[in-house]
Amino acid sequence: MISFLIYKTILVIVIFAVSLVVAMYSTYGERKIAAFMQDRIGPNRAGPFGILQPLADGVKMFMKEEIIPDVSNKALFILGPCIAMLTACMTGVVIPWGDAITIGGEKYSLQITDINIGVLYMFGVLSIGVYGVMIGGWASNNKFSLLGAIRASSQMISYEVAMGLSIIALVMMTGTISLKEITEQQAGGNWNMWNVVYQPVGFLIFLICAFAETNRTPFDLPECETELVGGYHTEYSSMKLGFYLFAEYINMFISSAVIATLYFGGYNFPFMHDLGLSENLITILGVVALFAKIFFFIFLYMWVRWTVPRFRYDQLMNLGWKILIPLSIGNIMLTGLITLLRQKYHF
Amino acid sequence: MMIKYIFYFLAFVSVFSALMVVVSKNPVHCVLYLIMCFFSIAGHYVLLNAQFLAAVHVIVYAGAIMVLFLFVIMLLNLNTQSEPHKSTWLKFAAAITSGLLLVILVGTLKGSETMVMPVGNPNAGLIKNLGNTLFKDFLLPFEVSSILFLVAMVGAVMLGKKEIK
Repeated sequence: MISFLIYKTILVIVIFAVSLVVAMYSTYGERKIAAFMQDRIGPNRAGPFGILQPLADGVKMFMKEEIIPDVSNKALFILGPCIAMLTACMTGVVIPWGDAITIGGEKYSLQITDINIGVLYMFGVLSIGVYGVMIGGWASNNKFSLLGAIRASSQMISYEVAMGLSIIALVMMTGTISLKEITEQQAGGNWNMWNVVYQPVGFLIFLICAFAETNRTPFDLPECETELVGGYHTEYSSMKLGFYLFAEYINMFISSAVIATLYFGGYNFPFMHDLGLSENLITILGVVALFAKIFFFIFLYMWVRWTVPRFRYDQLMNLGWKILIPLSIGNIMLTGLITLLRQKYHF
Repeated sequence: MMIKYIFYFLAFVSVFSALMVVVSKNPVHCVLYLIMCFFSIAGHYVLLNAQFLAAVHVIVYAGAIMVLFLFVIMLLNLNTQSEPHKSTWLKFAAAITSGLLLVILVGTLKGSETMVMPVGNPNAGLIKNLGNTLFKDFLLPFEVSSILFLVAMVGAVMLGKKEIK
């Protein structure tokens, strides 16, 4: 019992720390990639290649004067960024970061908890995430903040629907909503491909919705500077603003991990059982493979951000409700049909 | 043992937040307390080994419906000044009806502690068993209720349209 608790606590702390560090260095990565795409150098003053830049940014955020608007609702004003940060970190619990590691005959799984409703848990956390933005925007008592918050939450609700529908097709195919089992089904050998091969449309819809859920360009309407000053975090300063911005990067990391797990095989990598490696080595290489996939998707987020301009708001809503949702319903029907035919004719 | 304490904690949170929904002056606070209440009820579902129900409860009620509530209340910008004044006889009538409701509730629950609950399958709330029950034993009611939802959706879209061509 005690050893179990210690092992889980260590795992939670490690995953929490890793999420934070990855998110921290995503800010650095974003600035470097932006600089590369715009033919600039990017941050290069703090440490070699500017590697200490995120620390400098963090210190700056903490040192800034903290301003709480006089007429705002103080408790809710503080609660907003807390919820944003909390929900950003919560999803990491159900993601299988790797297979089990064997130490002294004991198997230690690298997933914090394998609840049998993994995907639904993810959606539950996602739907709470809206409140951070909404409460913060409302408590600021500023019309730009309120408009930004309303935009953000209506965007998130709209794209949540399409996201859920795109996952239903995947769940129909795999027959489980535990993320661990979905990963295990994608293990290599016998031409068993990653889910993206069987669900290309579902993957595209999920990816687009993930962009919208994390409020990244081309869907960063909530903080559209030209129309809304700063969106829902206009009134925020110091580390509370930092929390909102940081939560976005954690969300990006976690959603990349979810995409990698659901559609790109998670910690599986090609020929993992054919090279004659020991179990523990396979697990470690699997973690490395998962992180390689995650970093690729984080890079994709940044690549898109510095390539594509943002949508107009009506275009955003049309894309969500009139294109993605019918498309994902069509995808569900197609998946159902193929599953039925497969059962009937055994191919 | 642990579960017992968790239950007491959740029960306290749900009763407290439900009371605060009624007592709070600020409508936005009411909605937030209601969300808290929903979360504690989701916790009760988890204790009853019904994780699926808990997750769906959070997604649908706390995540979707309450967001719409918040939308409306934030946009209406309700505050104490704009609250409509209620006349004395209305308050009087409300007190009497709620008192009657209390009497009925106490009357129905009286003697329930001696009743023995039939013990069902403790895993009935797991997603596999729930799916089997819904799609085998209760297929027709399930489908009919989905049609009900569809009708409501179509109705909402019709009402939301500016003009019908």
